[in-house]
Amino acid sequence: MRQSLEGYARPVVKNELQRDVERVSLALDVNGERSQVLVPVHKTLLEVLREDMALTGTKHGCELGECGTCTVLIDGRPQLSCLVLPLQVEDRAITTVEGLAVGSELHPLQQAFAELGAAQCGYCTPGILLASRALLDVNPKPTRDEIREALAGNLCRCTGYVKILEAVELAAERISPLPHSGRGSG
Amino acid sequence: MRVIGKPFPRVDGGAKVTGQAVYADDVVLPRTLHCKFLRSPHPHARIVSIDASAARRIPGVKAVITGADLPVKFGILPVTQDERALEHEKVRYVGDPIAAVAAVDEEIAAAACDAIEVEYEVLDPVMSIEDALRVPRNERIQDYGGPNNIHKLVALEFGDVDGGFARADHIRDDVFFFQGNTHLPMEQHSAIATYIDGKVTLWSSTQVVHYVHRALAKVLELPMNRIRVVGAAHGGGFGGKTDPFAHEIVVSKLAMLTGRPVKCTLTREEVFYAHRGRHPVLMWVRTGVTRDGRITAMHFKSALDGGAYGSYGVASTFYTGALQPVTYDIPAYRFEGCRVFTNKPPCGPKRGHGTPQPRFALELHLDKIAHDLGLDPADLKRKNFVKPMTQTVNWLRVTSCGLEECADKVLRASGYRDRKRVAGRGMGFAISSYLCGAGTAIYWNDMPHSEVQIKVDRGGVTAYCGAMDIGQGSDSVLAAIVAEELGLQPRDIRLVTADSDSTPIDLGSYSSRVTFMAGNAALEAARKMRAMLVEAVEAAGRRYEEVKFEEACVLAEAKFGTLVSAGSYTPPKIAGPYKGSGVGPSPAYSYSACVVDLDADARTGLVHINKVWIAHDVGRAINPLLVEGQVEGSVYMGLGEALMEEQEFRKGLHKWPSMLEYKSPTFLDVPEMETFIVETDDPEGPYGAKEAGQGPLLPVIPAVNAAVYDALGVWIDETPVTPEKIVEALRRKDKGEPARVGPTRFPNIPYPACIKVEPPPRELNASPAAI
Repeated sequence: MRQSLEGYARPVVKNELQRDVERVSLALDVNGERSQVLVPVHKTLLEVLREDMALTGTKHGCELGECGTCTVLIDGRPQLSCLVLPLQVEDRAITTVEGLAVGSELHPLQQAFAELGAAQCGYCTPGILLASRALLDVNPKPTRDEIREALAGNLCRCTGYVKILEAVELAAERISPLPHSGRGSG
Repeated sequence: MRVIGKPFPRVDGGAKVTGQAVYADDVVLPRTLHCKFLRSPHPHARIVSIDASAARRIPGVKAVITGADLPVKFGILPVTQDERALEHEKVRYVGDPIAAVAAVDEEIAAAACDAIEVEYEVLDPVMSIEDALRVPRNERIQDYGGPNNIHKLVALEFGDVDGGFARADHIRDDVFFFQGNTHLPMEQHSAIATYIDGKVTLWSSTQVVHYVHRALAKVLELPMNRIRVVGAAHGGGFGGKTDPFAHEIVVSKLAMLTGRPVKCTLTREEVFYAHRGRHPVLMWVRTGVTRDGRITAMHFKSALDGGAYGSYGVASTFYTGALQPVTYDIPAYRFEGCRVFTNKPPCGPKRGHGTPQPRFALELHLDKIAHDLGLDPADLKRKNFVKPMTQTVNWLRVTSCGLEECADKVLRASGYRDRKRVAGRGMGFAISSYLCGAGTAIYWNDMPHSEVQIKVDRGGVTAYCGAMDIGQGSDSVLAAIVAEELGLQPRDIRLVTADSDSTPIDLGSYSSRVTFMAGNAALEAARKMRAMLVEAVEAAGRRYEEVKFEEACVLAEAKFGTLVSAGSYTPPKIAGPYKGSGVGPSPAYSYSACVVDLDADARTGLVHINKVWIAHDVGRAINPLLVEGQVEGSVYMGLGEALMEEQEFRKGLHKWPSMLEYKSPTFLDVPEMETFIVETDDPEGPYGAKEAGQGPLLPVIPAVNAAVYDALGVWIDETPVTPEKIVEALRRKDKGEPARVGPTRFPNIPYPACIKVEPPPRELNASPAAI
């Protein structure tokens, strides 16, 4: 990730507290769409997604990196958007829950979560979907323990996690069905 | 039936998996101002002065308000109207709101809060039950209740308790403590209000749209018809969003003052202090039994640490004594309850409201009695199970009851009776019961508890109901019932819910009432609609099942005009003839049984849950997928409370007000669960349905402690069961001391003389009205 502000246009404006607020103009690649945003340099990716880009599908539970709710993918890897500065992820591929479906066709994970009741209140769901997507992208046939491990940073208070585990397994099976012996055959 | 009993996906699943469900903090309106609170840093203090002039001068600040702007008191229960949206006289816990700012952004609002100067006269805080029972060092927390900082005292006696103890062959006393814990919903509370043309509209993450509506009307001093409350998509409640909250009132007031939308989203730390969660409860229980294990009498005492305000506390106090006789046949019963005020965030209802604590005590107490008598706890408990169609000694009406079947299922599936007795591995068994909706409303009235309207036109069906889907799936239940009656699929039903302008009343998502009450209202409305459709189709010489739904609609609208129907549900008046009988009655009770299998390491005290078997008598599963989800979520939350969730305070401050420090189970901590849905076809539930959201949590907690005893021979008589406590109990056992960790004494509480109540006839005569 980029660690320096060097080379950026940094307009400094006074906010209403008469404090200097350094703004950066950034090109963010979110869900395959490139957008230019001008944001205070200290604003988190979570805030920029929700407040400046109207991508309110990304939720927040603590804004301190503790609950996993705000998980997004950056170059395919799950990251807590409340702990990421947009500056760090310019030119990186950011995926939010809005980028999971293709048009109106749900991603198999979304389909499985909806079918099996893996979303109850649904508030942790976007983050867990993205963390699951990152897992299946690198490990298409995870064991239940591997799913637990991959999702251990995402809290859910409704489901007891059971239906989520089942939904990830169902999606995995649909994405890459086992040759010949699927479950229950043979 | 084509829909009822089938595992249909939730009707809101698509919106939730695509990020399109709109939660309160997702509501974005032009020109929205941001609201922040100044909160008390002291647990107990008088406010000498508040100077907000510097805050008001900050550019970007549009309004600053204090208690003087919102002086009218409110509270969820009519008998405890003890809260102010902003306190200007006295603060009673760290976090008590004092002032609020509306500003153009959050940073400016926060800076303005910092600029408000408050002068306090700090008072001695009261931080424990024992402390609250003593004469206060300077003044009481609240100016009602008493003596000292006692909020509420209850003393009831049903039947001949002394005679029951005299008949007993064995009498045992035990003391237990259930630690306080919190809901920890994933969504932080949020509310946004507008004020347009003299009317307030509030979108909020609330479980109880109607009660928020009432509180706003009272505090804002507006008629209810000038206020609209909308329940936004809900990010989890578990009881934590069941009170009207200061931020809901304050954003409404600020919108009125500024003429702009005003939003407030609590920080996670503020959510911990808003609380209203599980009361810490100290309990003493004495039970007399015959030699073969039949209960002859029980005496139960509770002391609840209520925190600083009333909240649901009076009801919580009664609930610590109400449901013991709903699972066990107790011929004589004395209950003494006490709630105290302390300078901590107010406690209120969390999943199971007031009943997980006594359930924990009761189940472990009966386990110990069984061991005293040389019986297996499961056998002793079964000997005392209540029977269907009976009345309890405290006048609660038990209709359907699947306790036997639930116990059978989990005992068999787990192999409990044939388990290998290995040191370090154990199983525990426990049962429970819960309400299907409180039989009495929070404020006294004779109106229905739930109402549903249905509109049909051009083949479209819309159901309107005030019920709030908090994730439990109440919208999906309504859709399933209407779809079943009209011969459609759940996805064919449009739903308008939880909006005080456009939906008829439902009292909200608490006390596991929605399936039973809104479900019955929906059933009535749908059957009336179906009758109109059938009549019109038959008048045309056809059969309803033969015509397309769209065609039936055309025939019916041509015949009757606008097609609307309504249904409502009022619970039967079944409260007993004594003061305090309003807490406990429910039109039905669910039943659960649980076996927990675990490993407990004698060296480290670490507990590993191997598996949980749970059976739940849901009456009838309207949607088994949703029932399983509720049961699994309950088991998870019960395990959290049993093993790790707790909150404590140091100098008035929450010791762990963050999601990292407040331990809750993760994906790695949850064991395999096997769920059995038991169906008993309740005579009054919609299609026989009861509840699933709360009951299955209750037996999990004592089953864990019982399994620890089974594994290591030590009792942990308090929650949570931490490794330290297990190691300490083992150390005591090795030294020949009592092999337990837990409270050793119950304080002297000035309970009044018991109100003596004659028990009702045991058999339930009048057969309940079939629906």
